Order: sequence, then C-alpha cells, then structure tokens
Amino acid sequence: MADASIGLWTVPLAVLGGAIRVSTPFLFVSLGECITERSGRINLGLEGTLVMGAMSAYGISYLTGSPWLGVLAAGVTGSLLGALHAGICSLPRVNDIAVGIALMLFGIGLAFFLGKPLIEPTAPRLPAIDFGWWSDIPQVRAALRINVLFLIGVAIAPILYWAFKTTRWGLLIRTAGESSDAARAMGHSVLLIRLRATMVGGFLAGIGGSFLSLFYPGSWNEGLSSGQGITAVALVIFARWDPLLCLWASLAFGGAAALGPALQSVGVTSGYHLFNAAPYILTLAIMIITCSPKRTLTGAPAELSITR
Amino acid sequence: MTTDTADSAEAIEAVGIAPAADPGFLQRYGATVEYVLIPGAALVGALATFGVFVTLYGKNPLDLYFYMYQGAFGTWFSWQNTLTRAAPLILTALCTALPAQLGMVIIGGEGALLIGALTATSAALAMQWAPPLVVQIAMVIAGVIGGGLWITLSGALRQYRGVNETISSLLLVYIALAILNHLVEGVMRDPASLNKPSTREIGAANMIGTIPGTDVHWGLVFGLVAAIASYILIYHTTFGFAARMAGGNIRAAKIVGLSVGKLIMTICFLAGACAGLAGMIEVAAVQGRTNANLAAGYGFTGILVAFLSRQNPLAVIPVAILLGGISASGGLLQRRLGLPDASVLVLQGIIFVFVLASDALYGRIGFLKGKS
Repeated sequence: MADASIGLWTVPLAVLGGAIRVSTPFLFVSLGECITERSGRINLGLEGTLVMGAMSAYGISYLTGSPWLGVLAAGVTGSLLGALHAGICSLPRVNDIAVGIALMLFGIGLAFFLGKPLIEPTAPRLPAIDFGWWSDIPQVRAALRINVLFLIGVAIAPILYWAFKTTRWGLLIRTAGESSDAARAMGHSVLLIRLRATMVGGFLAGIGGSFLSLFYPGSWNEGLSSGQGITAVALVIFARWDPLLCLWASLAFGGAAALGPALQSVGVTSGYHLFNAAPYILTLAIMIITCSPKRTLTGAPAELSITR
Repeated sequence: MTTDTADSAEAIEAVGIAPAADPGFLQRYGATVEYVLIPGAALVGALATFGVFVTLYGKNPLDLYFYMYQGAFGTWFSWQNTLTRAAPLILTALCTALPAQLGMVIIGGEGALLIGALTATSAALAMQWAPPLVVQIAMVIAGVIGGGLWITLSGALRQYRGVNETISSLLLVYIALAILNHLVEGVMRDPASLNKPSTREIGAANMIGTIPGTDVHWGLVFGLVAAIASYILIYHTTFGFAARMAGGNIRAAKIVGLSVGKLIMTICFLAGACAGLAGMIEVAAVQGRTNANLAAGYGFTGILVAFLSRQNPLAVIPVAILLGGISASGGLLQRRLGLPDASVLVLQGIIFVFVLASDALYGRIGFLKGKS
C-alpha cells in the first residue's frame, strides 16, 4: 500500500536519507581537514586515518561491547596518526603532501592487517534516533533514522566557524596558516600549533571512520572506504576552508553518493558503478569550475603548499 | 626556528670548507653516495621497525627476514616471481617519477593502468581477425594512448584550471575503477564469466609470452626500455633539460620562453603512457582479459618506488625489483608465518614513511661532506 502510494518519491527520499547517512564521514573528515589546512598544512593521509578509525572502532566495540568506546578509540587512533604526520612534517625539507600519501598507504595497510580477524564477528553498532516516528511510511522512517554522530558533526561545524573567528585558538591557527613568520614573531611555535591542529583533525577523521564501521554500512571489511577520505580533502578546497560550507558540501556529496543505491532500490541497476562514482565526478567537476590558474583561491591559507 | 639557523650556519661552514683543492672521492661523489646511503638506511630502519611490529604480533622476526629473502630472491623461482612483479612497478613508478621532474605529484598511476588495460583489451577484441603481432602492436598503442590521455587530463586540469594534480589524479583512479567495473559488468562482459565478471579473453595466440628460458614475461623488457628511455629523455635531451628547469623554477622557465603548458602535457602523456603500458602488459601477459583483478595496487606501490628512487628513472629499476621482491614474498609469509596478506602493505607503508623522513638527512651527514 504505502509503497505504491509514494511511487517515484522513493528515489528523492532515499537520496535525502542517504545524504544524512552517507554525509557523516565526509562531514567529520572535512571538518578535521579544515582545521589542519587552516594551520597551513595539508594531510592527505586522512583516507588512511578514516580506514584505521573504522577498524579500531569496530575492534574496540567488539571487544568491550560499547560502541561509544569504539568511537573514542577511533578518535585516539586518528590523532596518533595525525601526530605521526605532523612529527614527520616538522623535519626540515619534508613535503607534507608526500607524507600524506605515505600515511594513506600505511594506514590502509595497517587497518587491513590488524582488521583481518574482525571481518567475521559482529560488533555492537551505534544507536540511531528515530525522527520519523510521526510517519507510517517505512521509507520515510528509514530516511529519518538519524545517528547521533551526524548531529554532533552538524553541531561542530558552526562551533568551529565561531571558534576560528573569535577565539584565541582560532586566531593562532589562522596565523600559523597565513604567515608562519607572524606566528613566530608573536612567540608561538608554528610546529606545535600545526601538531595540535593535525591531531585534532586526525581525531575527527577517525570518528568519521567509526561511523562507517559502526553505523552505515555498519560492518568492517576491506572495501569499506573507497576514497571518501580523499574526496573530503578535496571538499575542503571546494568549501573554501569554511566549516559551515563544509557542512553543506558534505550533505551534497552524501546525496550524490546515495544516488547509486537509491536508484538500485527502485530497479535501475544498469549504471550502478557509474552512479557510485558520482561523488568523485562531482568533486572533480566542482574543482574544475571553481579553481582558476590565474589567482589563488579566496580564503586559502597562504602557507598551504597545495595552493602555492 | 632553531633548525633554520642551524641550517644556515652549516651552509656557511660548508661554503667555507669547500676549497677546490684535493677533490677526494667523497667530495666528488658525496652526493651520489648520499642518494644510495640514505634511502638504504631508511630501508634498513623500516625493515627493523617491521621486525618489531611482527615480534609484537607474536612471530619471530628472524623467521620473517629469512622467509622474505627466500620468497623474494632465495631461489630461481622466487627471482622470476619478483621480476614478473617488478615489470608493472617500473612502469607505474615512471608515472609518478616523470611528472616529478616538473614538480608535479601525480599519484594516479593505478587509474591510468586500468584505462590502459581497458583500451588494450578493446583493441585486441576488435582485431581478432588480425595476425598476433598486429594485435599486440595495436594493444601497445591503445594502452599507451588510453593511459597517456588519462594522466594528461590531470595535467591539463592543473595547467588550464589550476586544479591540484595530486587530488585530481587520485579521484581519477576511482573514476577509472568505476568505468572498468561498469564496462566489465555491462557491454564488455563475457557471458561465460559468471562469478567474476570479465571481458572475453584476448586469445592465447595474442598473449605476449615469456622471455625464452624463463617464466618472466616480456613486460619486464618493456619496463626496462621505458625506464632507460625516460632517463635519456630527462637527463640527456634539451626537452628533459627544459622540463627539469621548469620543475626547478617555473617563473625562470617562462621568462626564457619555455612553453610550460606543452611541457606539462607532454610529460603527463608520457607518464600515463607508461602506466597504460603496465595495464596492457598485465592483460597481455598475465590475465588475458580485463576484470577487477587488475586493480591489484601496482599503481600505488609504484608511487612508493618513485619516491624511494628519488624520482630518478634509472634508479626506478633496482627499487622496483626490490619492492617486487617484497610483494613476491607476501605469499610465503602468509603460508609459513601465518601473517595476513596485508603485511606487505604495512611494510610498504613503513618504508614510505621512513624514506620521506630520511629526506631531512640530506646534506647533514658529516663524513660525506669531507669535513675532516
């Protein structure tokens, strides 16, 4: 009955629900990367952090029975990887982009290695809040089963925006990102600021990974993340290093990523793989439209190696 | 920063004590020795760290080193396995090493490999009537063009739209994989491939075969030729000189009238062509068809090979053999030590991290500067 009555609405509904569900890892990784990049360093290793976060969250949740401890473990793992990135980058003559690529491969390898025994067992998942209780259409209810992590991520974005603008820490991070000389002249260690910024960024990216393994898709396997981390890094560029824009961009990307499964659920299966690549194509398209060879991007931290 | 002042102090010192008199071995070849010694030390450090890691995992590290040696270089059989894996690695490493001469970081070799495999397979399937040699030449051309254009796309986006080439080339990997899966499960699917969707086979007669007396396929020769040709191109031609100059100082290159755009496009095409050739070889020498097996990570290991050889096309050859050996030993580690197959990935990651961290050491090793 209900199925027939909503008919074609299934697709936009699934895209909406998917946007909320799929966007969460994008959101956390992009907010984390936003902090790191604002401090003048780029961490391409967040793809590896995401996978390591997913693995450690699943493992800890399985061992302790508490998914929230898993989320915490993912964050801690992420910040350790962030510290490793920042530590290597603080050596002279070391390129942060290359270190990011190395840590991406290292993180993925380590996660696959340690995660081998975790493919079989089932760990307790994160609970969801049912915002669709008012409706008796199952698709609506499915779309509105929202995870707390998503709400936390949505809350972090404006807080971060405010923090960058008004707090001492926000100012310090931005100073380090705009001119390391100025930060040094003020008596602050740029390396220390960037270390902290990268660790916080890694913490958030790790939590993004925990969402993958503990809520949606909600299991640990080696194909869990395919480029979500790197897409989120590109998304920060598109969002002009603005946490609020990161939120909207993540939602848009989540919607794009949900398009494939949504179409599949109504029987359109022919272009399944191409629709799955929609977020990457979208990222590329947006970068093509918004970048320019003539000028550096507005809002780009001046110390960032990727814009120089 | 303190490091900066130490740096400049050392620089002054170095200038002060670098007289033209008595050009000893170290003074003349110090830089070259450094290029061998420092990555070598990084490799040893990484192997030691991996040993500790494996010890924590409850295995004997000495067993680990023994089986790694056995699996990589211990027997003629393992040598052949190593060389077979080194062939695509040489080519995918060139995909990163060539653009690096221009100061570009391209990490999309895996994508160009997949596209090259697809185009080469398509060419072979379309030319089933032709004699094998013609088909093989067509496959090479198709693979080279397919892979080349794929990376040229990244180069063009960088040149004409200012899109960061590192990110765009990595995004293109995922897009290439999606295209491959789409075609392999769609129009190009062999109806007989049930569990593992694949294209039709290119035909046994069209396979490129092995070097006589070995089990190593001709792809290795392709790789060696490409690496040597790249070396000559970069270090012994005007084109290569122009490319390295643009990589060193793009503004100076523009002032002397170099067409930087053309340089970027040409180098990116050649880089992608190498990776595309790797894809063609994997189809024509190993798989015989295109399917998702091709995304075996050669493109990503190639990035590591390029960085470990400091982007030198000639150094890529021994490094690719070394890394090929490590991946060849993975099977033995799995069987004898019970380590997961991902242990090779972990080791590669550790090596990568050590190699990059060792960049800090250049010009800082006392005895190489002939201080005494």
